[in-house]
Amino acid sequence: MCRDGARRLVAAVDEAAWTLGVRPGQPVAQVQASIAGLAVVEAVPEEDAAELAGLARWCGRYGPVVQPDPPAGLLLDVEGSSHLFGGEAALMADALRRLRLAGFAAEAGLADTPGAAWALARYRPGQIVARGRTGKALAGLPVAALRLPADTVRGLQLLGIDRVEDLARLPRPDLARRFGRELLDRHDRALGRAADPLSPLVPDTVLQVRLAFPEPLTHLAGIEAALARLLPQLCRELDRRRGGLRRLDAVLRRVDGQPLGFRVGTAAPSRDAAHLGRLVAERLPGLDPGFGIDEIVLAAGRVEPLPERQIAAGDLAGPAGDGEAVALAPLVDRLAVRLGASRIFRAAPVESRIPERSVGRVAPLAPLGTGSWPTVLPRPSRLIEPPERVTAMAVVPDEPPASFTWRGVRHVVRAADGPERVRGEWWRADAEAESLRDYYRVEDTAGRRFWLFRDASMAENGQWWLHGRFA
Amino acid sequence: MAHAGHNPVLSDLRRRVLALEQSRRAARPPLEFGLEPIDRHLPWGGLPLGTLHECLESGVESEHAAAATLFTAGILARRRGTVLWCLRGRDLFAPALAAVGLGPDRVIYVETWKDGEVLPAMEEALRHGGLAGVVGEVARLGLTASRRLQLAAESSGVPAFVVRRWRSDSERAAADEPSVAFTRWRISAAPSGATSAPGLGRARWRVELLRCRGAEAASWIVEACDAEGRLALPALLPDRPHPQESRSPGDARPLGEARPLGAGGQLRRAAAG
Repeated sequence: MCRDGARRLVAAVDEAAWTLGVRPGQPVAQVQASIAGLAVVEAVPEEDAAELAGLARWCGRYGPVVQPDPPAGLLLDVEGSSHLFGGEAALMADALRRLRLAGFAAEAGLADTPGAAWALARYRPGQIVARGRTGKALAGLPVAALRLPADTVRGLQLLGIDRVEDLARLPRPDLARRFGRELLDRHDRALGRAADPLSPLVPDTVLQVRLAFPEPLTHLAGIEAALARLLPQLCRELDRRRGGLRRLDAVLRRVDGQPLGFRVGTAAPSRDAAHLGRLVAERLPGLDPGFGIDEIVLAAGRVEPLPERQIAAGDLAGPAGDGEAVALAPLVDRLAVRLGASRIFRAAPVESRIPERSVGRVAPLAPLGTGSWPTVLPRPSRLIEPPERVTAMAVVPDEPPASFTWRGVRHVVRAADGPERVRGEWWRADAEAESLRDYYRVEDTAGRRFWLFRDASMAENGQWWLHGRFA
Repeated sequence: MAHAGHNPVLSDLRRRVLALEQSRRAARPPLEFGLEPIDRHLPWGGLPLGTLHECLESGVESEHAAAATLFTAGILARRRGTVLWCLRGRDLFAPALAAVGLGPDRVIYVETWKDGEVLPAMEEALRHGGLAGVVGEVARLGLTASRRLQLAAESSGVPAFVVRRWRSDSERAAADEPSVAFTRWRISAAPSGATSAPGLGRARWRVELLRCRGAEAASWIVEACDAEGRLALPALLPDRPHPQESRSPGDARPLGEARPLGAGGQLRRAAAG
C-alpha cells in the first residue's frame, strides 16, 4: 500500500490478491470493502530500492552493465556475455530459475533495445526478439509498453490509439504537439532509432590511488615525497565516502618488475593523512628500491565507516571511554607498526581455574566488559612460568612447608596461607583430570612472599614448585 | 577562519580559553600517596606529574621486582585513565594489578623485550599524552635515556615510571648510574605484622626514597597497596628500626608513627651518585 496525498492506494499485490482481482492503483479502502481479511502492508520504497540494488549487483554475473529500474525492474546488457551461458535463451532461463528459487516473481524479455526488452518482459514475458526485428515485435503491444506516463496512455486510449503500430502510423509533429516530446522519445528509443544508454550500477571498488614516475625513484626522500602526495588524495576520497582506513596496502613497483609491498594496520579507522604518513614512514627504511621504483599504488585494504566527529585534545587523562580510544589510537598504531601489532595488547580475564590460563590477550582498543579477576584470590604480581622446582621441608604432611630452598637460597617460612586447591580442567585432556595443585602463600623471615604449590599430596610424593612472587 | 581574528568577540573568547588552559596546566595537582609523612616529605606534596620516577629493588629481588611493580601500579591506580605498560618479559601477572585497582580495562601492555625497545616506546607514549601514566621495565637507564624520557614527560604532563629489572651482574652493576629522574625509590619486603588468626596479614614494604630532587633521602615502613592502590601506615611498629635524629626540620612527631629515617652511608652514596 502506498499513499498518494490523502488517498491510500494499492502499490503491489501478491499472487493470491491478484487472483481476487486486486490491482495496483486501486484505492485500499475500496479493496478492503470488497475482500474480507485482506492483509495490507505499508510500502517502504527505500527498502525496495536497496533490495533492487542488491539484486542488481547479483545480476552482474550475467553481464557487465546492470541498471536498476525502479520500482521493480532490472536492465541488463548481455551483449557479448550470453555465449558464456550457452546462448541468450539459456541465460534468460538460468536467471529466471535462480530468481524464482530465491522467491522473486520474475519475468524477462530480451531485445535489441532496453525499451523493447522492458516491454517484452511485461507484455510478452519470456520472448526473445531476434536482432533487427524489434519493430515487428513491438507492433502488437499496447502503447503502455513504451514506458509512458499513465496520463499519456489514457490520452492515447481516448483517441483510440491502443497499440504501438497505431502510433507509428500517425504524423510525428502532431503527436509531439499533443503529447510532448517524451512520447516520441520513448518510441524512438524502444525501436532503436534513438540512443538509450544504460547507466550502470557502479560497484564499490577497492579504493586506490597510484602515482607513476617517468624517472624511477631510487632515494627514500623521493618515495616519501610521492607518498606525501598520494596519502592526502586517498584521505580526501575516504572523507567523501565517510570511511576510515583499518588497513593500508602499499605496493611499490620496482623497475625490474619486482613489486615491494607492505601493509599498515590501524587500531581505529583513520583518514588522517599525517597519521598514516607517520605509520608508512616507519616501514620505508626496510625496503630495498633496487634500481628504482617507477610506480606507487596505495590501496585501502579495509575501510570502516568513520563519521565526522570532534576530537578533543587528549592532554588530560579522562575516564576510559570512546573518546579516549580515539585519542590513543594513533599511539597504538605507531607502536604496532614499530613492534608488530601482536605485541600491543590488553589483558582480559579468561574463565579458567588454572592461573596461567586466566589471562588472555585482546586488541588494545577493543571494548572490554567490566569483568575482572576474582579479587578474593590473591595472585602474585610476577608469575614464574614455567614453575621452578623448590626443595621444601614440611614438618607435617599436607601443611605448608617450614622452609624451602629456591635457587640455592634457603627461606625459612614465618607465616603461610593456604591451601587453595586448583584442579585440572578435565574437559581439555585426560591428563588434566588427574592433575591437582595446592597453592600456598608463604612469607619468609625477611617478609618476602612466595607462591608455592604442591602438585600432589605428600602421601603421593608431591613435589613443591614456585609459581610466583608477591610483593 | 581567516576573518575570525577580526571578530572581537571570538578573539576575546579565545584569549579567555587560553588563560583557563594555562592556569589549569600550572595548577596540575601532584600524585599524592595519601600518607601524610611521605607526602609531607616530598617537596611537591606528592609525586609531580610530567616527571620521571624510578622504582627498584635490591639484590636478586630485582630480577622480578615484584614489590616495585605493585608499588608503581598502586600509584597509577589512584589516577584515572589508561596506563601504558612496557613489559620486559612475560611474567607480569595482570590479575595482581587488577587487585591493586589497575583493572584490565585500564592497562595497555606493550611487549618490549629489551631496553632498546622499551625506552623508545615509552618516549613515544609520553609524547603522545592522554595517558594516566607510562611504565617501563628497564635494566639500564643512563643519563641520556632518562633525560629524553623526562623531556617527553614534561611535554605532555604524563608521569613516567621506570621499574628497574636486572638479570645479570653487569646489569646490576649499572644500578647506581646517575639519571635525571625526580625520585628514586627502593622497595623491599618487610616482615608483616602478626595476625590474630593463622594465615597472612597485609604485606609490608620498606619504602626507601633513595634520591629526590629537593628533599633528603628517607625511608618508611608501610603496608602494601590495598584494592584501590593505597598504601597505609602500620598501626604498630614492633620491630621499627631505632629512630635516628631527624634530618628534616619540623619532624617532631609522636613515637609509633612512621618517620623518615636518616639515610645511612649506603643511601647517601646512592643519593650522591
